[in-house]
Amino acid sequence: MTTTDTHCPYCSLQCGMRLGAERGGAVQILERPEFPVNRGALCGKGRTAAAVLSPAARLTVPLVRDGRRGRLREASWPEALDRVAQGLRRTAQRHGRDAVGVFGGGGLTNEKAYLLGKFARVVLRTANIDYNGRFCMSSAAAAHKAAFGLDRGLPFPLADIARTGCVILVGGNPAETMPPALRYFRELRENGGRLIVIDPRRTRTAELADLHLRPVPGTDLALALGMLHLVIAEGLVDEEFVSTRTRGFEPATASAMAHWPERVERLTGVSVPAMREAVRMFAQAETGMVLTARGAEQHSKGTDTVGAWINLCLAVGKAGRPGSGYGCLTGQGNGQGGREHGQKADQLPGYRSIEDPAARAHIAEVWGIDPDELPGPGRSAYELLDTAGQDGGIRALLLMGSNPVVSAPRAGHVAERLRELDFLAVSDVVLSETARLADVVLPSAQWAEETGTTTNLEGRVILRQAALTPPQGVRTDLHVLRELAAGLGVDKGFPEDPEEAFEELRRACAGGPADYAGISYQRIRAEDGVFWPCPDEHHPGTPRLFLDRFATPDGRARFAAVSHRPSAEEPDDEYPVYLTTGRVVSQYQSGAQTRRVPELNEAAPGPFVELHPHLAQRLGVTDGELLTVRSRRGRAVAPARVTDAIRPDTVFMPFHWDGAGRANSLTNPALDPVSRMPEFKVCAVSVERAAAS
Amino acid sequence: MSAVSNGARRRRIAVVGAGLAAARFAQQFLESGGEAELTLYGAEARPAYNRVLLADVLTGRYDPEAITLPYGEPGARLRTGTEVVAIDVRGRTLRLANGESAAYDELVLATGANPVLPPLRGLYADGELTAGAHSFRTLADCARLAEDAVRARRAVVIGGGVLGVSAARALAALGLPVEIVHQAPHLIERHLDEQAGQALRRGLLALGVDVYPGNRARALHGDGRVTGVELANGYVLAADLVVIACGARPRTGLAHSAGLAVRRGVVVDDCLATSAPGVYAIGDCAEHRGTVHGLAGPAWEQADVLAARLSGADPAARYTGSRPLARLTAGPLEYAAFGEVGEDLPGTDVLRLADATRGSYKKLVLRGDRLVGGILLGDLGTVGALTRAYERDDPLPADPLHLLITQGAAQW
Repeated sequence: MTTTDTHCPYCSLQCGMRLGAERGGAVQILERPEFPVNRGALCGKGRTAAAVLSPAARLTVPLVRDGRRGRLREASWPEALDRVAQGLRRTAQRHGRDAVGVFGGGGLTNEKAYLLGKFARVVLRTANIDYNGRFCMSSAAAAHKAAFGLDRGLPFPLADIARTGCVILVGGNPAETMPPALRYFRELRENGGRLIVIDPRRTRTAELADLHLRPVPGTDLALALGMLHLVIAEGLVDEEFVSTRTRGFEPATASAMAHWPERVERLTGVSVPAMREAVRMFAQAETGMVLTARGAEQHSKGTDTVGAWINLCLAVGKAGRPGSGYGCLTGQGNGQGGREHGQKADQLPGYRSIEDPAARAHIAEVWGIDPDELPGPGRSAYELLDTAGQDGGIRALLLMGSNPVVSAPRAGHVAERLRELDFLAVSDVVLSETARLADVVLPSAQWAEETGTTTNLEGRVILRQAALTPPQGVRTDLHVLRELAAGLGVDKGFPEDPEEAFEELRRACAGGPADYAGISYQRIRAEDGVFWPCPDEHHPGTPRLFLDRFATPDGRARFAAVSHRPSAEEPDDEYPVYLTTGRVVSQYQSGAQTRRVPELNEAAPGPFVELHPHLAQRLGVTDGELLTVRSRRGRAVAPARVTDAIRPDTVFMPFHWDGAGRANSLTNPALDPVSRMPEFKVCAVSVERAAAS
Repeated sequence: MSAVSNGARRRRIAVVGAGLAAARFAQQFLESGGEAELTLYGAEARPAYNRVLLADVLTGRYDPEAITLPYGEPGARLRTGTEVVAIDVRGRTLRLANGESAAYDELVLATGANPVLPPLRGLYADGELTAGAHSFRTLADCARLAEDAVRARRAVVIGGGVLGVSAARALAALGLPVEIVHQAPHLIERHLDEQAGQALRRGLLALGVDVYPGNRARALHGDGRVTGVELANGYVLAADLVVIACGARPRTGLAHSAGLAVRRGVVVDDCLATSAPGVYAIGDCAEHRGTVHGLAGPAWEQADVLAARLSGADPAARYTGSRPLARLTAGPLEYAAFGEVGEDLPGTDVLRLADATRGSYKKLVLRGDRLVGGILLGDLGTVGALTRAYERDDPLPADPLHLLITQGAAQW
């Protein structure tokens, strides 16, 4: 058996694992205890990841559709690629370049994300490229950047969590979403640190907490403001830190004064004594961290919400010091790297702004084009999908590594829009729900079959190494991009070799905020990953950011002056219950991969509606009975799961499934004005027993 | 919305007042994408501040500067020390005390309320409150009170409602012996029942506050400076500091002179519109469906509705009323009270839990499966769940007893 060190295909922890390839093709997933993030531990998803490599679970031949109503049929690679090139070209000719869209994913490697962005800007010359990371951590990214001048999920290694004094975890459930990370929260408590969890649900993570606050969905912003109010009222402000390392405390104080604790209690349902306890626990700890995840971020006020939590860190001096800081628990495997290298509508590689003339000049030079040829900012993910097939919207779409038919808000509408496209090409590992709508489906190689870097939630750039050869009929995304570029008349600049792509990426991001210039495959192998920024080969990398100064022009962090506002949709007589959505431990994102793993499917076979016994009693519903959940966007049917772990005014649905139980049929695409994040985490629904039929 | 948009001129919105309702309105209007030249006219010299926090400015918990409120600056402009003396609703013009006039397209009245000063002999000297006597409504009141409190030896608070209790607690926190004279048989009779009133009285006593319920103040003694408060029964309480906390009355003079419909407050409909076109009223000065709330919560909610309407974020937003909640957190004293708390309401059930040792008292009044009122004193663990159930009129579970127990509430 030959073994290869690599990383898990799933979440942003990017756990180290060792793949053992036996003769005859069988693959074993082995522990890799020396990799620091997970120290050998893997969750059920990671342990069973090899199942998706089996030819039975995946696509091994390109598919094309003849005519609008035709069925997908098998095709050769030349035919499939030719169709894609033609489809994209024809749309650009008929409707203009911006009518061609590109949609990427936070699971793509840095090399793919980089070249996909380059493909959009250099070959297609469209402004309209965005990706599903917009649905993931874009609110945290925007708030992070505004406060600290730089967005890296965690400004410290994950292991620092175990050694801090107090963690406030807002809207995150690592026990289900990234189980191997949980050890650090356990160690935190074993070391005498405190854990405060803020979540409307008593999750498995909340069960570990010293204090669990359960705000009404959509009120985390008010809660953070109320807690800042108490910090000020109780004299817990770190005056020296505030005066020497921050700006904007006065307006932030004014906002906090407008959110006095008794008012916040009314808005959030969290009692003043509980808020006070949390504030004291956090402020009086020697060091502390606030970590947010999707629960706080996926709101039409997600950016402001994260800003308010960062304010709390800044007011008590818990940022920019060892053992302290604000961090975002990024979701997707390459959620971090995927947002740095140019598949985001407003961004160029190295986390540069597409509107910054210096950034444009630099990237244009690396790409060998005139800066004026670079398009400007395009539409955000939901807006891109929402205008698909419409006047002024995109007419053709190339989609890689994403499944918006399941994962986008108001998914029924998104599916309809995708059907209205003149041309849709999807590159994926499996025939996802979105791929089913495509005119051309390109079977793509998987994590174990190709080399490439990802950047985990800590900002650690790591290397996945190919352990296997992809099955015949399967090609890598880099190959696809090179072929398509050539087919569209650009025959240089799209290397198929990942290391060659990475070398170009290093040059492109050099000098940018996310600077990988000093990182090489060789260094990553030797050092268990390298933390960016790493501007040159002699630079050790930066595990801990902001210790001397923040990345703003004057080195000071910025308070955000924010105010609470209601969610875009609050319950009313017609839709009286809150819906919040989320994840279960045995499935990953849209489920495209994990639903094809028998073990995981057995553990989590389908969607459900979690509701409180009081609500169940009122509706006359017992556990397991089918419920119809309706919103202004659509309906979903799934069995009831009765539990007192949820508030009686709220129901919860996991979003991993398509079909009748698709949670995203219900969700609200109201967007955050800054991050363009949709409001996945709260909308108003009605709940009733499904008709007997 | 009757925005006058002739050519390039921006729509002008004037807000009379710079308190909580005005500030929240301005801030939300701009944050919701509202486009207007927005001007707030504040009669006080100070920028907008949060009146709710005044008692703790007195205790020193907050610096007076620290309770400043955001009002949408720099998008909105606040003119402090600028009193509006008249409104020409037909000409859509304000007249200011300095003689200036200011045109508006839409006008928001957020003039607040004045303290009620009862007819006490000796309350005034030369047209001013007698030295040592204070109302307690503004930061200026608060500053004067704080200054006097330094030299004072005994304080009397006239009025044992929400404000009086909170003022008494604050003065006691400064180390003064305090007595409350209250006309009703028990404290905060508008929100608390007798048992809760008694419990609160015991709590105050532990802080150094004596309460004389069922007593009316008749006169202030002292020549040039207060020396005591004479009660209706003739008894005189020695005091060199007196706080009048007898409630507040909507400030409606401006609206009244302009010919707007005014009853107890400026009358508004569910759109917060007054009887004059383009004129709205919110907060303590407004009377909606016969109710003047006089509380910060409803003021905030009215401000949000009006901001949503006028900014265009939700032109159909309506204010249909608030279910009022009285809430005090003051050092060791903490209570929440809402709705109907009497015992003699037909068709209601009463659940009660009293723990004299720990000074906690809880009471819920239910009608069928709905919560119609409640009191929590001392132990507020369940306050979040209960007040939300009350506010949303949610049906309660079949066995509501656990709602009284904090452990049970954690299951909510």
